[in-house]
Amino acid sequence: MNVYGRRLLINRLGIGVSMIAMAFGLAALMWILWTLFSRGFAALSWDFFTHDTPAPGSAAGGLRNAIVGSLLIVGLTTGVSTPIGILAGIYLAEFGDTSKFAASTRFVTDIMLSAPSIVIGLFVYALMVVTLGGFSGWAGSVALSLIAIPVVVRTTENMLRLVPASLREAAFAVGAPRWQVSLKVSLRSVRAGVVTGILLAIARVTGETAPLLFTALNNQFFSTDMSQPMGNLPVVIFQFAMSPYDNWVHLAWGGALLIALLVLAINVGARLLFRQTNTP
Amino acid sequence: MPATSRSAAQIGEHAALQVRNLDFYYGHFKGLNAVNLDIARHRVTAFIGPSGCGKSTLLRTFNRMYDLYPGQRAEGEILFRGMNLLDKKQDVNLVRAKIGMVFQKPTPFPMTIYDNIAFGVRLYERFSKSEMDDRVEWALRKAALWEEVKDKLSQSGLSLSGGQQQRLCIARAVAVKPEIVLLDEPTSALDPISTAKVEELINELKSEYSIAIVTHNMQQAGRISDYTAFMYLGELIEFGPTSQLFVKPTVKHTEDYITGRFG
Amino acid sequence: MSTLEMSGMAVRRPLDVQAPQIDVFKRQDRLFHRLTLLFAVLVLAALAGILISLTIEALPTFRAFGAAFLWSDVWSVPDDRFGALISIYGTISTSLIALLIGVPVSFGIALFLTESCPVWLRRPLGTAIELLAGIPSIIYGIWGLFIFAPLFASHVQPWLQSLFGDLPLIGGLVAGPPIGVSILAAGIVLALMVIPFIASVMRDVFETVPPVLKESAYGVGCTTWEVVWNIVLPYTRVGVIGGIMLGLGRALGETMAVTFVIGNANRIATSLFSPGNSIASVLANEFGEADPGLHTSSLFALGLVLFVITFLVLGLSRWLVQRANARQGN
Repeated sequence: MNVYGRRLLINRLGIGVSMIAMAFGLAALMWILWTLFSRGFAALSWDFFTHDTPAPGSAAGGLRNAIVGSLLIVGLTTGVSTPIGILAGIYLAEFGDTSKFAASTRFVTDIMLSAPSIVIGLFVYALMVVTLGGFSGWAGSVALSLIAIPVVVRTTENMLRLVPASLREAAFAVGAPRWQVSLKVSLRSVRAGVVTGILLAIARVTGETAPLLFTALNNQFFSTDMSQPMGNLPVVIFQFAMSPYDNWVHLAWGGALLIALLVLAINVGARLLFRQTNTP
Repeated sequence: MPATSRSAAQIGEHAALQVRNLDFYYGHFKGLNAVNLDIARHRVTAFIGPSGCGKSTLLRTFNRMYDLYPGQRAEGEILFRGMNLLDKKQDVNLVRAKIGMVFQKPTPFPMTIYDNIAFGVRLYERFSKSEMDDRVEWALRKAALWEEVKDKLSQSGLSLSGGQQQRLCIARAVAVKPEIVLLDEPTSALDPISTAKVEELINELKSEYSIAIVTHNMQQAGRISDYTAFMYLGELIEFGPTSQLFVKPTVKHTEDYITGRFG
Repeated sequence: MSTLEMSGMAVRRPLDVQAPQIDVFKRQDRLFHRLTLLFAVLVLAALAGILISLTIEALPTFRAFGAAFLWSDVWSVPDDRFGALISIYGTISTSLIALLIGVPVSFGIALFLTESCPVWLRRPLGTAIELLAGIPSIIYGIWGLFIFAPLFASHVQPWLQSLFGDLPLIGGLVAGPPIGVSILAAGIVLALMVIPFIASVMRDVFETVPPVLKESAYGVGCTTWEVVWNIVLPYTRVGVIGGIMLGLGRALGETMAVTFVIGNANRIATSLFSPGNSIASVLANEFGEADPGLHTSSLFALGLVLFVITFLVLGLSRWLVQRANARQGN
């Protein structure tokens, strides 16, 4: 009985500590979210969306140029990384069963998935900013694409590997060439999963700040010219939050909330889409 | 195996497919050993035998499905219209367009019912819209599915019931007008009523197509086939007219299997 | 319908009529193969490109200082002398603090979610954790700067100093003015950032344990804790380590959550309360204003060092997982 009592005690202790950990973790994270919402909502207004970033020390202003810049950069990133990621993923799933090349590509993709994003910013700086003579929205998009592509490659490959062999064989059995089997049958049958992967990639790059610091830089004026430095939410938040001006800090909180809401919405959307199409 | 070669010779002149000295390898493992037989034109040939005997493997050599998997290879000859299908130079897509296949589990493509049928046809035919409509209707009627789906052709093929999906797959195979249709345990995932429908269908299809069917169900083989091949451990043990093989098997092994003494 | 039947559709075409189409397919398939291959090569080339370009840009630095760049603690822009030790130290110490705090908490969360959480709460809590893992790190950063650091300075640091300040050795760790931004604060914010990530990986891994295995342990009278400690953890050891390494990889390369709260001071912090810097924070702060020449080159060299460190950590975690999988396969 004594032994049993001790075992029960250890059990309660262990479970108790795990519950405390859970409570601590959730509380801290809720605290962060609560701060974000209360400070962020206070900053949101009509002007926030219709005015451009204000000069240092001046009152009012908004983040219109940064919002539009972010949309442009992330939009282009999505357009670039989706086809590249899907085609590379198809290669790995379709032709890359045994080859050394495919194995190393897979390894590199895994590394790139968690590579420090600021280093990718450095790379694109050396690749594009130095050679093309300046910071630009293009460079920002390339940097973000390098982060998004591995996510798309991996989900595409993983999803394609879930396609039942019999479905692929059935498509080959009517005499279809490989590319049609891949695109029209295999890829189509897992399109919900692939779209989920793309959405998760978008969510990931939407909040990325570090790779934009040395590529898109920032632009305090409204601009849709991708070949020029371009305002974008993450970098504006970074600069404004670090500044001594109350108005800028205020706007930074609003921008942070906007980004968090966007990312959350995309994540929730991806989840709903995936769940919906995977429950019979 | 005298029984085998004699039977093969008997139907040789009406053969849709002639298998000669076929060996098959999964890597180093030999899955089929020196198989010889003919698939009779416009008849149903059934392959029976215990699991792992090589009956599905044999069927999958007929349309070179094994080509998809590195490490699998076949040696010998499979003659189709006087050409050896196993010839490296033989184009597999063309082979598969002429030799259709239906699988164990229904495999509707992730597209509409109409496109499921049209997909294969579009590959090799340049059809106008109305010609395609006709072909889709024709194929669905062949598969006895038209009446059930004619009002929902634009719905996903996945929305159909299991039995309907399997008939859709048969329609899809028939739609490209192959000469031979291979059926790999086509009713094992279906309920008895759907199974009866598919069996009836096979019976009707044989007037225009040569059919090879793998089945684990001996009663089914007895009901629908004209010829039966009994396989065991990668070898063709006995091959002959179904009536003869079931009633008076010449090999002891076949008799044991048919009467349920093993397997 | 009978007219259709009779209309000659049943006429068979000879094989060679379709031969031109076959050639088209062959060409398309070759093109398809090459196209997908091209993009796979592109991914591989990107990594090679990163390594090569960073190395080229960092070359002047290594020419000027040699390998000593790695262990020199001088970082002086006016003197044009640079060394990586301070920021390597900051990067590694903040990441270790993050793991020290984050791993036990993540383990607790994963344990709670898979074993002792009421079933109706499992899904919402699990989803909440996963969603939190997706929150951009800049959010953690500004929260750390405006909310956490001041609170840390006014409440936590004085308390810790009164508790440990007079002890030998440990006292040194908490020495210095309590100004909030510090190595420790950065480590804690990093921990909060990696907790949702590590916790959701751990939960996924715990859920791969076959129920039969756990049930047989419960069947011989094990308590929940004993099942977790003796069955679940050994069974999932590799996955858990892999998840922790991934978390470490993230912490090492994290820029925003760190830059806001580490204090950006250019010295080796012997006390956890001193401000310091990390590779990522130095890059974020100095790169934009660096003059071309040795300063920029040294920043590239720092980036290369960071990349190599994370590469090693991630490579090691993959190798561990693969080795364990191979062993299980046998």
